[in-house]
Amino acid sequence: MADISFVRTEMLPEKTPPATSVGLIGWMRENLFSGWFNSILTVVSLGFIYYVLAGVLPWMFQSSWTANSLSQCREAISAAHGEGASGACWAVVRERYLQLIYGFYPDHLYWRPNIAFLLTLAALAPILFSALPRKMLWLAVVAPFAVPWLLWGGSAWLPLSAALGFVLGYGAFRGVSQLNGSLAAIIAGVAAPVLWWMLLAGPFAALVQSILPVGIEPVESRAFGGFMLSITIGVVAIVCSLPIGIVLALGRQSNLLIVRTLCIGFIEFVRGVPLITLLFVASTLLNIFMPPGTNFDIILRVMIMVTLFASAYMAEVIRGGLAALPKGQYEAADSLGLDYWKAQRLIIMPQALKISIPGIVSTFIGVFKDTTLVSIIGLLDPLGLSNAIRADANWNGIVWELYGFIALMFFIFCFSMSRYSMFLERKLQTGHR
Amino acid sequence: MTTFTDPHKESFRLSMLIYDTRYRSMTIQVVAMFGFMLMAAWLINNTIQNLNALGKPIDFGFFSEPASYDINQRLIEYNSRDSHLRASFVGLLNTLMVAAMGCALATVLGVVIGVLRLSGNWLVARIMTVYVETFRNVPVLLWIVFFMAMLIETLPAPNAFRGENATASMWLGDSVAVTNRGLYVPEPLFSRSLGDVSFFGAFNISLDLIAIVAVLAGGLYVSHRIKVRADRVQEATGIRPTTWYQRLGVVAVPVIVLLAGLGFHLGFPALKGFNFQGGIYMRNSLLALWLALSLYTAAFIAEIVRAGILAISRGQTEAAAALGLRPNRIMNLVILPQALRVIIPPLISQYLNLTKNSSLAIAVGYMDITGTLGGITMNQTGRELECVLLLMLVYLTISLSISLVMNWYNERVKLVER
Amino acid sequence: MKKTVFLGALTVAGLAAGAAAAGTLDDVKARGKLNCGVTTGLVGFAAPDANGVWNGFDVGMCRAVAAAVFGDPAAVEFVPTTGKTRFTALASGEVDMLARNTTWTFSRDVDLKFEFVGVNYYDGQGFMVPKALGVSSAKELDGATVCIQTGTTTELNLADFFRANNISYEPVPIETNAEAQQQYLAGACDVYTTDASGLAATRASFEDPSAHVVLPEIISKEPLGPLVRHGDSEWGDVARWTLNALIAAEELGVTSANIDELAKGTNNPEINRLLGSEGNLGEMLGLSADWAVKAIKAGGNYGELFEKNIGENTPIGLARGLNAQWTDGGLLYSPPFR
Repeated sequence: MADISFVRTEMLPEKTPPATSVGLIGWMRENLFSGWFNSILTVVSLGFIYYVLAGVLPWMFQSSWTANSLSQCREAISAAHGEGASGACWAVVRERYLQLIYGFYPDHLYWRPNIAFLLTLAALAPILFSALPRKMLWLAVVAPFAVPWLLWGGSAWLPLSAALGFVLGYGAFRGVSQLNGSLAAIIAGVAAPVLWWMLLAGPFAALVQSILPVGIEPVESRAFGGFMLSITIGVVAIVCSLPIGIVLALGRQSNLLIVRTLCIGFIEFVRGVPLITLLFVASTLLNIFMPPGTNFDIILRVMIMVTLFASAYMAEVIRGGLAALPKGQYEAADSLGLDYWKAQRLIIMPQALKISIPGIVSTFIGVFKDTTLVSIIGLLDPLGLSNAIRADANWNGIVWELYGFIALMFFIFCFSMSRYSMFLERKLQTGHR
Repeated sequence: MTTFTDPHKESFRLSMLIYDTRYRSMTIQVVAMFGFMLMAAWLINNTIQNLNALGKPIDFGFFSEPASYDINQRLIEYNSRDSHLRASFVGLLNTLMVAAMGCALATVLGVVIGVLRLSGNWLVARIMTVYVETFRNVPVLLWIVFFMAMLIETLPAPNAFRGENATASMWLGDSVAVTNRGLYVPEPLFSRSLGDVSFFGAFNISLDLIAIVAVLAGGLYVSHRIKVRADRVQEATGIRPTTWYQRLGVVAVPVIVLLAGLGFHLGFPALKGFNFQGGIYMRNSLLALWLALSLYTAAFIAEIVRAGILAISRGQTEAAAALGLRPNRIMNLVILPQALRVIIPPLISQYLNLTKNSSLAIAVGYMDITGTLGGITMNQTGRELECVLLLMLVYLTISLSISLVMNWYNERVKLVER
Repeated sequence: MKKTVFLGALTVAGLAAGAAAAGTLDDVKARGKLNCGVTTGLVGFAAPDANGVWNGFDVGMCRAVAAAVFGDPAAVEFVPTTGKTRFTALASGEVDMLARNTTWTFSRDVDLKFEFVGVNYYDGQGFMVPKALGVSSAKELDGATVCIQTGTTTELNLADFFRANNISYEPVPIETNAEAQQQYLAGACDVYTTDASGLAATRASFEDPSAHVVLPEIISKEPLGPLVRHGDSEWGDVARWTLNALIAAEELGVTSANIDELAKGTNNPEINRLLGSEGNLGEMLGLSADWAVKAIKAGGNYGELFEKNIGENTPIGLARGLNAQWTDGGLLYSPPFR
């Protein structure tokens, strides 16, 4: 009997996997058609996508970019695509996009908001991206004075004299701290600039202006509109609410009963009412709360109320940052013998603020989206302008194109910011886990 | 030499208020209080001066005057001769109604979408991502006006249902009418109704409704008792008695008997005159607001749910799978109960946001409290201070009540940590 | 630290606003600009064009006042206001006058403390329905869905009218005219009600205006006019007599075409007094002698303004009707200039 046992001595060559589990088909089997439930979901989704695209795409592309009024546009579309074809009149966007972006800002001065916008971005960049050179932080010092000056115009001495207040405060702080202890120095450092701003800054700027006039054409805030208005309100609110938010957050954490109660009361009050009621206050009541005869225009009043609104949310974000710090950090600061303010300034705040940046960015996104509410009190933000444009006899009756354009712009802004905040969250996470 | 001396006792000096940490906090508090009161006094003083100059001292008397405007959407009886106070109350009920409806729909949608975003189906997960990003990154006010425009422009007008060659028809065997004025669905009617009961002479509640709710609640209670007994039997013997038919029976039978006794039937909407008549009418303003708020908030809730699920470590899923649980039971019994702990706090703030965002109703003409008290009443009476302050107070009360209730719930579901 | 931005901005605003305690006329002169409250957009009455320049009938009134004060019809800041914000804007001094098709009513005049300086458009609330509905009278509207613009007297008139006639209706309150129009055209409401001028303007902008009819009933009196704050009669006089000058100019045949010639002097003493070549009416108002000339040149006399913005040759196509001169059977009747 021959030995029929057989032992393979060499490896079999690898066979290609079945055609149904590799390539496109394999991917589809795994990701789209694994099981009957997933298959149904896939088919339903495909149907849904087809339905949406079939409705929207022809409308988007059977469009007119050149017409000067809605009726012209409709004629052009039915001439080009047959009677009864419906298409988008993007012409209204072509005609009005500058207005939707800049509002009523004088068109020969468009460079000013442009530069202001770029300057804001450049000033924020080193804060947001740590890879950039630290020297760019100087821009962040300059921008708060330069940007309002560019937007509102007027005498160049006004922002300079406002900046002088800080120098003065710093000088007073230094001078007094050498003479007479730190607390007195802090008081002097706060009181000196406040007095300067309230009493002397204006006359000083006027005086220097009369001696050496340097300035650019002033623009009233009434001319602001469109996305420029939204961005201005959003940025002003966030930048101004940051210091207020820090103070409120610290106050809420403090163990001084009255301070804590006041802070909690303010934060909960603002977070408990809708922004629209605060805007009603801005539009109808703020002038009643101010001394008789005070009068500043509606956009500034809105900025004040939106800042108060944002600062309550900011305080909660920063409180979250403070709470996320390990207790050891506080104890370490105490054990080094640092007093409260030094501990906050040198140890707590730098870390807490860093953790809070994603939250601050999402607060900004929220505030930026909420600026559309100002259209309800009659300001001409993009949504308010869309109503004004529809009131123009030429574009009476247009709807989707304007909403679409505005939504797209908001989406681009907010989406990129939220991506940034997610990027940051990931970056921060790796450092802390 | 080594006698203990009393610590150097110094007499109180004024500078100690600032430099002695024992007194400093007191000083700061007094200064803060003083500053706050000064500020408040200043604001109040300005207000009084300004109001006197305008000749409009604070006066809530206008609330008892007739409102003289009509409100289409109302949960309680109201006509244009009723007072501003009642009009505001109608608005308040409308706010609460749309907020409750919105929270319910947003939660359901949010949970479904949050789970689907984690689905293994590539296409579905992508669609849900697109949905979440689109809704989160466009202002809610834009969504509200957009939905309103969509309802108005794409649905047929009641006129399209008329005549021989009507271009639109009702759904579900002529029982549901979808028009661009809103949605008409059949309404429950009772031929042997018990009538209404009046509360404080201010508003009426149907006795039928009260009876049904009472019977339903009784049935649910008995059903719960049956479940508790079944649990006890299961714990004692290891065998769970089959109780579903008993539990269903004690809930359904009494309700059905009651409905039959009351002569329950459906009233169908029908085209009469200018509009559909009969049936429950959900106006397009309510629909647009409800859908926009729910879909917008659902995008945020979906993210919260997703984060909550991802926060549960994979080991939990694997452990549950090792115990032999099926995927949907893993989700229901292991993942969701734990994820809930993470989900609820941010969910509360989403509910609050939705309620506050419902104040944007004026953009589509839904008469909520902002539309009545903060809208037409304020316009017609010119009492801005009183109206706006009262409006804020109302929203503050609603917000605080929601957070109270939800925080209480949160305390209950919270796991006790080591 | 960035608070200064704010303080700086506040200072700017403070400087710009100046002291509001003095008379409005002095304030306006000191500021060099007139702040005029208008609507956020109503076809024919006020709307910004692509360059941000405001046009319309109400806008013309603002420009005339600015021209009377400064000689420059462009020295106006237009402040868009909603139905909700307009009275506060005026009361708080944010605007110097309101030309925002506002109905002159007792409570606005007396209780809200405003002063209506006259009537620049006599209007009344009417109804518009699609012709296909076959309705010929507002009393046949039982059960109809009615679109109304909120923040106006419209909703009150409507409630009163339907209550008085004991018929039911379904109100649909809407913020802006553009949206109301959209709902009406889509059939989301059967009837659109607002001031008859607004109805005509809206109807004119439809693709097929002949498919819609304005019902004969006018259910209210709506005298629309510019208004100023109570208690500042000097400023009220400027606004009042600018309006009267525009009306009188039409009556006297003074137009923007022939005004330069007439201003040199005519043998009609009333024209001479109006145009400042005789008497010192301008001085009495605290303005220059040729204030009326400038006001009329800004956009023409009342008739010219009307024809240019809302008259029969415009898309809006309003007939003069009640707004004709009293000599033509209308209600426009300027007190004499003497």
